[in-house]
Amino acid sequence: MSYDITEYKNTIKDTKKWLADGLSRSTGKKFLMAMTGLFLITFLMVHLFGNLLLLVNDNGISFNEYSKNMSHSKIIRVMEIFLFTGFIFHIGFGATVSIQNRLARKIPYAVIKSSETSSFFSRYMFHTGSLVFIFLLLHLNSFFIPHRVLESGLSMYESALIVFHNPLFVLFYIFAMILLSFHLMHGFQSAFQSLGIHHNKYTPSIKLLGRFFALVVPLVFAVIPVYIYFWK
Amino acid sequence: MKMNIKIWRQAFQTTRGNFQTYILENMDDNMSFLEMLDVLNEKILHEGGDPVSFSHDCREGICGSCGVVINGRVHGPLQGVTTCQIYMRHLKHYKTLVIEPWRARAFPIIKDLVTDRQAFDRILQAGGYISINTGGIPDANATPIGRHIADQAFAAASCIGCGACVAACPNASANLFVSAKISHLAFLPQGQPEKNHRVESMLKAMDKEGFGNCSNTAACEFECPKGITLKNIAKLNREYFEALFRSSLEEHPTHPHHGKGDEVAHAAFHDTHEK
Repeated sequence: MSYDITEYKNTIKDTKKWLADGLSRSTGKKFLMAMTGLFLITFLMVHLFGNLLLLVNDNGISFNEYSKNMSHSKIIRVMEIFLFTGFIFHIGFGATVSIQNRLARKIPYAVIKSSETSSFFSRYMFHTGSLVFIFLLLHLNSFFIPHRVLESGLSMYESALIVFHNPLFVLFYIFAMILLSFHLMHGFQSAFQSLGIHHNKYTPSIKLLGRFFALVVPLVFAVIPVYIYFWK
Repeated sequence: MKMNIKIWRQAFQTTRGNFQTYILENMDDNMSFLEMLDVLNEKILHEGGDPVSFSHDCREGICGSCGVVINGRVHGPLQGVTTCQIYMRHLKHYKTLVIEPWRARAFPIIKDLVTDRQAFDRILQAGGYISINTGGIPDANATPIGRHIADQAFAAASCIGCGACVAACPNASANLFVSAKISHLAFLPQGQPEKNHRVESMLKAMDKEGFGNCSNTAACEFECPKGITLKNIAKLNREYFEALFRSSLEEHPTHPHHGKGDEVAHAAFHDTHEK
């Protein structure tokens, strides 16, 4: 069977146009924000289970073994590419829609009573997201870069002890987790709404689950550096 | 009742506006908010000034013409009503009323409190219709529709296009308006033949007007005088995802019908009469 190269090129061109048109509409961007957001939520859970190993009282043997397995696993390496793509899309589209939203109202209202009409968390997604992004960069700088890029001789557990004995970093970590909680308070249930999942039967449960997740997950994350700072 | 009335004054679309404060005395509690503006305008006219322009038509909450922001609240501090349904007794605890027009890039100010909401008309022209041939009245029993479906379609159809959703949204997004128009037709059998093209071209038209993106803050739902809910936006999202996969090439937004209904109708009329 012969396959013309121009036909192949046209197929790619058509697919690109279809996706670019579809996802560049405001509803398309919203879809991408929701999908990447939910993907990052699943990542948070995986990350948290790993972190919990820091609390095991065996001088970091299980935590080191876990992090070694993670960095040698082929599946995790592939997932890592998805994860970085997810972060880039979520942050990139988040910034784009925020700028577009600012431009959509050039003259602000003289009197603003938005606290009466919408939730605090929903109005500050850009602010909480930006600060969590700054935290993410610092976090990559203290764990991902030394271990995966520079291949330093320290074990993951030793790195964690060094970083979490810096009081400024521990304070910033707690601050970032509070902001992550704020971000998730709106983000979790908002993602479902953006995907068109809204029904009287289950939307109240999704909202409740979202609040629970936004409260518990950042709290458990924040407990770990505090525990290490005071008791390790 | 005596009150300071601080109103946005802007002579033309292109000029810069600013707030001007007027003092009104001896107001009646049972005066409507728009009657208060009428009285204020009488006073300004007597003093030889330029009266305040504001939109209004039916003054009974069903036309969608009126609409201003009163002390930071769209259509005033009450829920589920338009500006014309606000009475001075609802506002008497304020010393000063700050009255602003809808603020959105897509709704340019024509004068004072009057905004140009034709952006909504252009979105409707892009797909907010069904194409059927006229003829005899269809039999009432010919198209069965479930009761709760009919109720949902009717609830969506109660949107009066006042623009409060855009004015209330922190992002000046028009998603609630568009979703009401989409859902209203998407729920009913008559809306099915054109549903894919409808959502694609209406969303395209919406984005072209320069509205913001929906971030699910739900401020629109809170302020909507007709109680349009966020469920409609979820429906809009579902309709859009479906259309992404199902719309045919013939339904592509470059189809000659879109937004040119009159021209096509005229051409068809002349065609048949010339032959």
